[in-house]
Amino acid sequence: MSNAADVSVLRARGLRREYGKGEGLVRAVDGVDLDIGAGETVAVMGPSGCGKSTLLHLLGGLDRPSGGEVWLNGRRIDDLGEKALARMRRTDVGFVFQSFHLMEELTALENVELSALLAGRSPRAARRRAGDLLEQVGLADRARFLPSALSGGQRQRVAIARALSNEPLVVLADEPTGNLDSAAVLDVLQLFERLHESGQTLVIVTHDARIAATADRMISMRDGAFVDETRLSGGTTGQLGAFVGLED
Amino acid sequence: MLGRILLVGRIAVRDLRRRRIETALLLLALTAATTTLTLGLVLRDAAGDPYQSTREATGGPDVVAGVDRHAKLSDLEELAGAPGVIDHGGPYPVTPAKLQASGRTSDVQAVGRDATPASVDQPKLIQGDWVSDGGVVVEAAFAKALDVRVGDPVTLDGRSFEVVGVAVTAAMPPYPGGTCIVAVGCASGATPEVLAKLPPGLLQNPGLVWLTQADVRRLAPDPGSLAYVMNLKLADPDEARAFVDAHSSEGLAAPRLESWENILEGVTELARDARILLMIGAWLLGLLAVASVSVLVGGRMADQTKRVGLLKAAGGTPGLVAAVLLAEYVLVAVVAAAAGLAAGSLIAPLLTGFGAGLIGGTGTPSMTMSTVGSVTAVAVGVAVVATVVPALRAARSSTVDALAGSPRPPRRTGWLIVISARLPVPLLLALRVVARRPRRVVLGVVSIAITVSGIYVALVLNAFLTAQPLAAGVDDAQAELLRQALLAVMVILFSLAAVNAIFITWATALDNRHSSALARALGATPGEVSAALAAAQVLPALAGAIVGAFPGGFVLFHAINAITGGDSDRATLPPLWQLLALVLATVLVVAALTAVPAYLGGHRPVTETLRAELA
Repeated sequence: MSNAADVSVLRARGLRREYGKGEGLVRAVDGVDLDIGAGETVAVMGPSGCGKSTLLHLLGGLDRPSGGEVWLNGRRIDDLGEKALARMRRTDVGFVFQSFHLMEELTALENVELSALLAGRSPRAARRRAGDLLEQVGLADRARFLPSALSGGQRQRVAIARALSNEPLVVLADEPTGNLDSAAVLDVLQLFERLHESGQTLVIVTHDARIAATADRMISMRDGAFVDETRLSGGTTGQLGAFVGLED
Repeated sequence: MLGRILLVGRIAVRDLRRRRIETALLLLALTAATTTLTLGLVLRDAAGDPYQSTREATGGPDVVAGVDRHAKLSDLEELAGAPGVIDHGGPYPVTPAKLQASGRTSDVQAVGRDATPASVDQPKLIQGDWVSDGGVVVEAAFAKALDVRVGDPVTLDGRSFEVVGVAVTAAMPPYPGGTCIVAVGCASGATPEVLAKLPPGLLQNPGLVWLTQADVRRLAPDPGSLAYVMNLKLADPDEARAFVDAHSSEGLAAPRLESWENILEGVTELARDARILLMIGAWLLGLLAVASVSVLVGGRMADQTKRVGLLKAAGGTPGLVAAVLLAEYVLVAVVAAAAGLAAGSLIAPLLTGFGAGLIGGTGTPSMTMSTVGSVTAVAVGVAVVATVVPALRAARSSTVDALAGSPRPPRRTGWLIVISARLPVPLLLALRVVARRPRRVVLGVVSIAITVSGIYVALVLNAFLTAQPLAAGVDDAQAELLRQALLAVMVILFSLAAVNAIFITWATALDNRHSSALARALGATPGEVSAALAAAQVLPALAGAIVGAFPGGFVLFHAINAITGGDSDRATLPPLWQLLALVLATVLVVAALTAVPAYLGGHRPVTETLRAELA
């Protein structure tokens, strides 16, 4: 995995995550090395249970590795305490989950502004930023809706807006289209495309080859380890929908 | 039908066995309430029975009549011949005196008795012999209070006597509740301030002693100063009140008549006070138990959603589902009622403390069917009240949603969400936790308010019993017993409130595990999430403590006074600093109690929780 960009935003060396002991030992992530450059979009592919999500959690400091190192923007994070990790997640990492993980009792606007409020922004600045982001994801008219009143695609767009709230160094997306229909997948892909164009670093975990094809680089994973890496020359430029087979 | 009942019972029992800790906590909460209720209900009988035993053993009178002056002796003789009177004892002379024993001095009413036994009111000797010249027999409760025994030398108005016996009687309530039979009058239960305003010469909290008639006459300054007392036996003891009403007349010179029922009321006054304390405690505990059970049931229902879905998918009707859920808690309530009845009847005799003044004071109180029925009904009622809403809600839920294990959606309290945006992260998250489950917050506030109100009343009563025990009609030992009853209620009340605080925090932590994990994924630290979970309990606790200390305790105390007919003016209400300290202490205790569950809730692994939501 040597095709790292000149400046690595995210770097992993010998990363391992094991569960259980003895005969029941499971190596969810098994000696992964990874470099992700600024502005790069990387897709991690593989079948269910191959360790993709675990890898993403390790990279974002949500989980602790059993061994190896993780570096974010030149700072080693695998040995940070929980408090420091939380502070790092506030400002440097944005998460997008397959099942959206929106707060059911908060409106779309309140969900998006939550990250900014946790990061200590003023209520007014957080609200303004959330409004701008919802406009960017095309949901300005749904800002006051509760998640239960939104479609799956709209909920995921709210989640993406929330991930961008604190202008993170990297957005980590875990099966972001896993629960969406084709039209909603296209919406989300277009959104990622715009993020890519704006220079946002993205790591997308997916088992959907059409999504992976939109990345700069595609890494295949099996049994916790990287088995293949492909640099996609076309990236996500051009007619995105047609490219991924979602449109005629 | 029988098959259906068996099915419901089997499913309910299996579920209870599967969740042993929760079942045990539920049982504990309900047993605390039923024990206190049982204590309250059996206490009257526990005091009443020894009086009846004493009445039987002493040939207790049905009516006691007394006159102040020798000149009115004819009135008593007239009563002895009145229709319905089948026997009488006396008239016996009575004189006031000052008794000195072991360096202690007390006023006494000395009754002159024959050395031969009387057929009506022959005091039963607990120790020693009956009266003889130069020998005094001391009423048992008075002897205990004064710490005198047979053989001790005492003086009465300076004349030397020897204690020859200690006895109990049913003609007068035990010390210090004795009735006044001397001509000079008594000031029982008066405070020093009140005493200062009363005419001199009144006897203060007098005890009762028996001497020979000759000794009493020698003690009296002149024969005309003697009062007389006569004990009457009626053909029908149940007519005693009617006899008293028929023969009472107005005026200072008229004989004073007292029926045995009146004496019994005096005897059971202490038990009545303790009983009222316990009954109020039982009600407070019952309310707390409703809060405990509601929180537990709410928490369990969240866990049982999938199970409800399975029951319904397997063909269970909404009625069957509700019946299974209700059966579990009713079963626990019935067991708790049985445990409470057993514990209450065992503890009750310890709280009566009439062993000194009556025969059989520490006997086992009788358990009536009405007590059993009341306690069981209250326990089952608490379980049903707390369970019926979630059970019906679960029964009516969509089978598909239930199978998916979808938790009950949180509530949106918009104004709290808006306010919280302006607060630091722990308070921001805490207010949002509060806003998600307002009913649980209300339960928390009520639970603390009830406890603090109870503590307020305990403070007032404890201060009153400490400062003026005799004004409350009790001696030091009895005040100690009342204080123990009070302490027992408070300990149970406090324990239940503590269990509630832990339950509520844990249920909150479980209910908020997803939002807590999400907040942490978005950058909240474990400390901030823990602080938020704790603050979500402390804020309602603060509100509950304020409500409980200021209007709550005051209202409860005055309600107790209204029920008991007590004089609230004689009690000193807690000063402001004590109430503020109570509020502060409550908040600190709740913070300490919730610290562990809040810590655990804030430090759950984020990825496991978020992944579990997908499962």
